[in-house]
Amino acid sequence: MKALDITVKLGNRTILHGVDFAAKPSRVTAIVGPNGSGKTTLLRAMTGEIAHSGRVLLNGQDTAKLKPWELAAIRAVQPQSTTIAFPFTVLEIVRLGLSSGLSAGESDLPLRALEAVDLGGFAGRYYQDLSGGEQQRVQLARVLTQVWEPVVDGSPRWLILDEPVASLDIGHQFTVMDLARRYAGAGGGVVAVMHDLNLTAMFADHVVLMQSGRIAAQGTPAEVLTDRTLAEVYGCPVPVNTTPPGGIPFLLPQARAVPVPA
Amino acid sequence: MSLAADTHQGSADPARGGSTGAPVDRRHQARRLTLVLAALLLVTSVTSLTFGAAGTSVWSALGDLVAGRELSQLDRIILFDIRLPRLCLGILVGAALAVSGVVMQGLFRNPLADPGIVGVSAGAGLAAITAIVLGSLLPAALRDTLGTGLVPVAAFFGGWGSTLILYRTATRGGQTSVATMLLAGIALGALAGALSGILVYMADDNQLRDLTFWGMGSLAGATWTKVLAALPVIGLALCAAPFLARGLNGLALGEAAAGHIGIPVQRVKNISIMAVAGATGAAVAVSGGIGFIGIVVPHLLRLSTGPDHHPLLPNAALLGATLLLAADMIARVIIAPAELPIGIVTAVLGAPVFLWILLKRRAGLGL
Repeated sequence: MKALDITVKLGNRTILHGVDFAAKPSRVTAIVGPNGSGKTTLLRAMTGEIAHSGRVLLNGQDTAKLKPWELAAIRAVQPQSTTIAFPFTVLEIVRLGLSSGLSAGESDLPLRALEAVDLGGFAGRYYQDLSGGEQQRVQLARVLTQVWEPVVDGSPRWLILDEPVASLDIGHQFTVMDLARRYAGAGGGVVAVMHDLNLTAMFADHVVLMQSGRIAAQGTPAEVLTDRTLAEVYGCPVPVNTTPPGGIPFLLPQARAVPVPA
Repeated sequence: MSLAADTHQGSADPARGGSTGAPVDRRHQARRLTLVLAALLLVTSVTSLTFGAAGTSVWSALGDLVAGRELSQLDRIILFDIRLPRLCLGILVGAALAVSGVVMQGLFRNPLADPGIVGVSAGAGLAAITAIVLGSLLPAALRDTLGTGLVPVAAFFGGWGSTLILYRTATRGGQTSVATMLLAGIALGALAGALSGILVYMADDNQLRDLTFWGMGSLAGATWTKVLAALPVIGLALCAAPFLARGLNGLALGEAAAGHIGIPVQRVKNISIMAVAGATGAAVAVSGGIGFIGIVVPHLLRLSTGPDHHPLLPNAALLGATLLLAADMIARVIIAPAELPIGIVTAVLGAPVFLWILLKRRAGLGL
């Protein structure tokens, strides 16, 4: 997936200044940056939700020239938050991911997708009754249903996620990020806007750090997430790999591999 | 935090009624409901044929027909020239109003949206009132050609025209803003109401009676001419509706998300608007302003089988037709031998339901 020279203007303000972005299949690409740096705007421009100049290529095809259903067959987009006007059940929402795909009709995909996001047994619940985090996972299940197979006919499919773990507890943050990893591991492409730098360091192969509508740095987590770059972009000192002073407890998702002492 | 909690609470829908969950799959239920509603419409239709001021026994007339006997002149006129066109018109208008309601609500992602809100009814009403009050100013040749069709034709084009104005106002660069369209609909509705008020003020006594009756809606003037005039437009809209089902389901996720699951959003919006303008314009043209069918029918159906538009659209057509025929029977017998305008009946029955929906949703809408 490639974006070339993306410029977005809102009124007289330029939100993105000729951004070039690239993400490869089999990788998790994270877009990070402070509030207002343009990471979500970049994602929306690349998914065609907002007017922009420049071109977006997906598997070598110009997305502006593809029909909505052609795009939907190779790319699914998880929104940040979604309110739904009518009392749809969880299963009905997830099934919406089906109708566009190749696997229409009777299918157990929606139920399997719900299991995958740890919402097995929620199929008959009303979407509106769920908590924010649960709703977010329902949307992820819908998106997964849409592009269930990471590779079709030799070309990768894409999961585009806008802050997929924003309102999730730490356990479900793992559930979701593990899903993303597995999807990339199977040959699909994952592009995610992320807030949490720890999870980004842990799960991303490639990090794009945004600042004021431009890309400030990109590369592997080790290359991008350095003391100096983070201090510069976020405007506050954030020493990497440093234990806080005193007795303040802290917990890092990276430590989950370490067994908890009995 | 409290805001988030309120929003969550507010999104509570009356459909739930405190239950913990819906059946996992409501599709089979919805299919069964279609059969039940079709049977109900059939029964209501036959019953409706037997109702009326004249004491004709439709059963004996039908028996005569089946036995190949000649019907009396009177029976034939009552059956074929009065009741049958009225039945057909009732079915057409009821189905048109209910399906328009479903499509509009799906398009606006709001269960309170109604063709009345986007100004179709207001525009059609203004044009009809103009035709009644100022029709005499038209060139005689045109007036003679249109004859009694003047008011319906005006209503139809009024509805269509106001929708086009709204659509142009709300569409920029191929994108229709639903919020702009709703607000513009309110503004146009107010303007049409004011202009109608001026015309009502100018009207003489005879015209006033026409206006009152027309404004409240009625199937009393049903003729085969009206049925045949409304049939192609309403028929086309009803035939287009099933193709909108998937798009309207997708729109429930929001426009952007609908696009991402492969729905041609702008095309769905265009077809929806044309279908609603056509069906409502035609319905108002032949029967006047009949309210609340478009709100009540979709809501009742969502309560029973959920918001999926695949069963909702055909079921709404069936239930809309049935309810309008039932309301028409009430209108015919409640002050017999005189007749109540049907719009009064639908308003008396429908307005409380509308209020009930509002009360249930009040928190969510921040009203």
